[in-house]
Amino acid sequence: MKFTLSWLKDHLDTDASLDAILDALTRVGLEVEGVENPAAKLDGFTVARVLTAERHPQADKLQVLSVDAGDGPLQVVCGAPNARAGLVGVFGRPGAAVPANGMVLKVAAIRGVESNGMMCSTRELELGEDHDGIIELPDDAPVGSAFAAYAGLDDPVIDVAITPNRQDCMGVRGIARDLAAAGLGTLKPLTVPEVPGSGAGPDVRIEDAAGCPAFYAQGVSGLTNGAAPEWMAKRLRAIGQKPISALVDITNYLTADLGRPLHVYDKAKLSGGLVARAARAGETIEALNGKTYTLAAGMTVIADDVAVHDIGGIMGGAHSGVSEATTEVVIECAFFDPDTIARTGQTLQLTSDARQRFERGVDPAFLDDGLAIATFLVLEYCGGTATGVTRAGAAPLGTRSYAYDPARAATLGGLAIAPERQRAILESLGFTVGDDWQVTPPTWRRDIDGPADLVEEVIRIEGLDKVPSVPLPRDAGVARPTATPEQKLERRIRRAAAARGLDEAVTWSFVPEKHAALFGGGAWRVANPISEELKVMRPSLLIGVLAAAERNLRQGAEGVRLFELGRRYLDEGGAPRERVTLGLVLAGDRRPRGWREGKAAPFDAYDAKAEALALLAAAGAPVDNLQVMGEAGAAFHPGRSGTLRLGPKTVLAAFGAVHPAVLKAFDLSGPVAAVELYLDAIPAKRGAGGFMRPAYTPPALQPVRRDFAFLVPADVNAEALTRAVKGADKAAIVRARVFDVFTGAGVPEGHASVAIETVLQPGEKSFTDADLKAIADRVIAAAAKLGAQLRG
Amino acid sequence: MSDIDELKTHLLTAIEASAALDALEAVRVEALGKQGRVTQLLKTMGAMSPEERQANGPAIHGLREAVTNAIAARKAVLEQIALDAQLAGEALDMTLPVDVPAAGTVHPVAQVMDELAEIFADLGFAVATGPEIEDDWHNFGALNIPETHPARAMQDTFYIAKPEGAADDAAPMVLRTHTSPVQIRTMVEVARRHAGAGSAGGAPIRIIAPGRVYRSDWDATHTPMFHQVEGLVIDKGITLAHLKWTLETFLRAFFERDDVVLRLRPSYFPFTEPSAEVDVGFSVEKGKRVIGGDEGWMEVLGSGMVHPRVIAACGLDPDEWQGFAFGCGIDRLAMLKYGIDDLRPVFEADVRWLKHYGFAALDVPTLSGGVGTAA
Repeated sequence: MKFTLSWLKDHLDTDASLDAILDALTRVGLEVEGVENPAAKLDGFTVARVLTAERHPQADKLQVLSVDAGDGPLQVVCGAPNARAGLVGVFGRPGAAVPANGMVLKVAAIRGVESNGMMCSTRELELGEDHDGIIELPDDAPVGSAFAAYAGLDDPVIDVAITPNRQDCMGVRGIARDLAAAGLGTLKPLTVPEVPGSGAGPDVRIEDAAGCPAFYAQGVSGLTNGAAPEWMAKRLRAIGQKPISALVDITNYLTADLGRPLHVYDKAKLSGGLVARAARAGETIEALNGKTYTLAAGMTVIADDVAVHDIGGIMGGAHSGVSEATTEVVIECAFFDPDTIARTGQTLQLTSDARQRFERGVDPAFLDDGLAIATFLVLEYCGGTATGVTRAGAAPLGTRSYAYDPARAATLGGLAIAPERQRAILESLGFTVGDDWQVTPPTWRRDIDGPADLVEEVIRIEGLDKVPSVPLPRDAGVARPTATPEQKLERRIRRAAAARGLDEAVTWSFVPEKHAALFGGGAWRVANPISEELKVMRPSLLIGVLAAAERNLRQGAEGVRLFELGRRYLDEGGAPRERVTLGLVLAGDRRPRGWREGKAAPFDAYDAKAEALALLAAAGAPVDNLQVMGEAGAAFHPGRSGTLRLGPKTVLAAFGAVHPAVLKAFDLSGPVAAVELYLDAIPAKRGAGGFMRPAYTPPALQPVRRDFAFLVPADVNAEALTRAVKGADKAAIVRARVFDVFTGAGVPEGHASVAIETVLQPGEKSFTDADLKAIADRVIAAAAKLGAQLRG
Repeated sequence: MSDIDELKTHLLTAIEASAALDALEAVRVEALGKQGRVTQLLKTMGAMSPEERQANGPAIHGLREAVTNAIAARKAVLEQIALDAQLAGEALDMTLPVDVPAAGTVHPVAQVMDELAEIFADLGFAVATGPEIEDDWHNFGALNIPETHPARAMQDTFYIAKPEGAADDAAPMVLRTHTSPVQIRTMVEVARRHAGAGSAGGAPIRIIAPGRVYRSDWDATHTPMFHQVEGLVIDKGITLAHLKWTLETFLRAFFERDDVVLRLRPSYFPFTEPSAEVDVGFSVEKGKRVIGGDEGWMEVLGSGMVHPRVIAACGLDPDEWQGFAFGCGIDRLAMLKYGIDDLRPVFEADVRWLKHYGFAALDVPTLSGGVGTAA
């Protein structure tokens, strides 16, 4: 919301400086977003008289002027056709910057003749489009004075952010009222003129009383719609609006000045009377912005017998809009239902100054006065004669009042303010305060909704910065832990991953549809995505990190180890289920080439398995009890991937080499390994809540190692064999580990030679040779059950 | 000079002159071997009379001991020389590079979330979470933002497309536009628990709710996804003055500066009344804006006293319970604290950026160590 300082002073009687006003605006909640004085850019431009004008000796189209800018004649070269002796115009001195192009004027020779500045056109000073000649000011313009001051442009433009609750401050008068309450002066009374109207008012009526409870109108005939008065045009220009014609400008001016939107119809374009009615589905209207809108039932429109002429409270129609030819008008001052306006505006995606005000709720008690002021201005600047006023319906005043306890300022707002001071503040804002502290908000404060709002009013005017700082009560002693097991798990696993050399990424929750499809498709998509790339809620944590890995490799990274800890967005019986998941990719070189290890090596599925197990161990999962199973999902290489499960159903992680088709979709070449780890599937640590650990003493006797080499059929996997070996003597065999796998020469087709190292831990007594032989026999027998033969 | 002395001189000279172990061995054989000269001398003692033995014995034994010791000493020297020579031949270029696995990093946003949790835990706040795909009621309705409220235009909401088969009038799901729905979920849960317990309802609440939020906005200072932290205190007798202290205390602890000053400005949020925007004073150090001091103000937080309608919507009695709420951008806090100038790379996962702005795994924020990590 923009306004100028002089405009503000129409409503506010004040001696306060601009800085004091700006400070006060922000202090009361009208945040100053900018202030600009148009005079600043006209610094160095003065009113000057052309004393003589002679032809330039070297150029037909140029003249050499002698100019008096208040301090004696100066020689100026000028190309304007209207430059002539006696003309009073605007002169730019050397050192001044031309607003239109930023060029700094200097003394220069133009075609061999020295020029000490420039006579300016309207366009050069950014005051209009005219560039046919230099500005011509009245003869009596004071030569030598600053042009900005002379032209009344020395008027700072203030831009404030109006929060959606403060419709009353979407007019300059409301802002003045707040400032007066804040002690910056006094609010001047609003003069409502007596308008001489005669005869019947315009034929207007209401059918849709819900959408348009009040429709007041007055007609003016015999008018001339010329240009608006310069004072009004100047203010509109200052706040960024383009003056159009007196009738249009008057409505725009009152919208900005009093927050009162109005509409003016060209009566000659209307057929019959006007009715506020519900739109019929499919009706269309070409609005004043040149666009055609198709209306839906439930919207409120103003129509005549033939067509719709106004999307009620939002924008008028082009057909009945006023023009230079207009001589007779109907001025509409209505009250539209805020909710209807908001819905209509949202549906049509159409915003306007009128909508902004109506949907926030204009002052329902300001219809008669608003209409009188508008008609007065029309008569004043366009002439003509006014009809009587038609008043259809009545605006809902929404009168309500609240029992207010002034102690609330302290008990809610934290600031003790004397009750009489509170009363004064409320009254200065237009509230009525009864002796019993029953408080009635003014009609223009639709936002006030209870005593908490009254506290806000008194605190913001008294000064929020006066609220003291009071410590929040706290329990005695050391703060108690607050983190949940889930939160602790997330923190732990994140730092475990970082400690293992993985870099944590944060990527978008929404991903391209084509990427989601590779991971089974996303259950939830954004209806209004910002782009196709950010459309589907990710079904996997690998999507973001795979895309990131590709970018990093493209940018020259050699080895990329990335992880992300976040949510997958799944569907559970039609409702969203967000599962906390860790996604991890290993791409590029596992190890750079080196003088010790030779060539660089890529990552493989076993690297992924190692990361999965390490992170699960860090998370406290019982990694020794996990089973490796299949079904890692279609995104993984079908033969080089697996899941880590606790029991057959609970999948804690999927790991493996990424499927070549997925790599291709992400523009990745070379093997990439990945892990997805499901944090919510990891069982909580047993014994959670206690600190005591089970008793433990390291065994006194030295363990014994025994190696076994088996010829194993290809369909028996390492884990099955290891389990069988370990299970052969659960008491003695504390560890069994494959340390060599060989296929090829000497090993029959369809078999592998697998070597297993076992660690046997004696208890109370050392193993005898007979003990060791018995254990070995049991190991061999257990392996044989799987079809594994001991190699000789 | 006796023969023994002469032999001793001869042998010791030969031992000392041995340049290699084999030469030394030859001397040993000459002296102490079966036919060695010292051995022969010792053998002669068997034939001596007791008197002769007493006269010559010490000299002969002395000879053997001196020669044996000299050989051992010389042997140690020669072995040392040989080992030195061997090691000299084994020298490697110790300046060759070794493969130190690169350390991983914790993302600044995650690090700052941990810092927030640590600071607020000390003030008695728990961390609460809630869904990101949120229903209209939790994201808007319960927060006093009806469908037609102009505040909805303030937030460019991402809507979730209705799943196939959903009823036409099913309430739309949205990507939460703020973390405030977690306030609602927390209060509803507390009210429900207390209703079940048969008490008047509403226990003291102190939570922060950090998490992802979404708005349809993308430019140099906005991303369609970002992180916010919500704070909520509900109790008896809580006022704006407590809010002010809490925010001051939090920001001073977070930035680890005692000169953090706040400026509260009246503002508007549908779910708080009174509402305040909070500006934090900054100073300019080395051309950068640094929190602390009051050379200028930057807007950092939105806050206010929870609107009685919001408290009531959650099933608590607003005449009994009141409190404050605040919301703050976590990405912004991270940028301000750690000198991250540009928001865009925060979500790009460029490893170079992560290595530069990320944190070591062991940089766990603690109160005793200071929650921040020095550059």
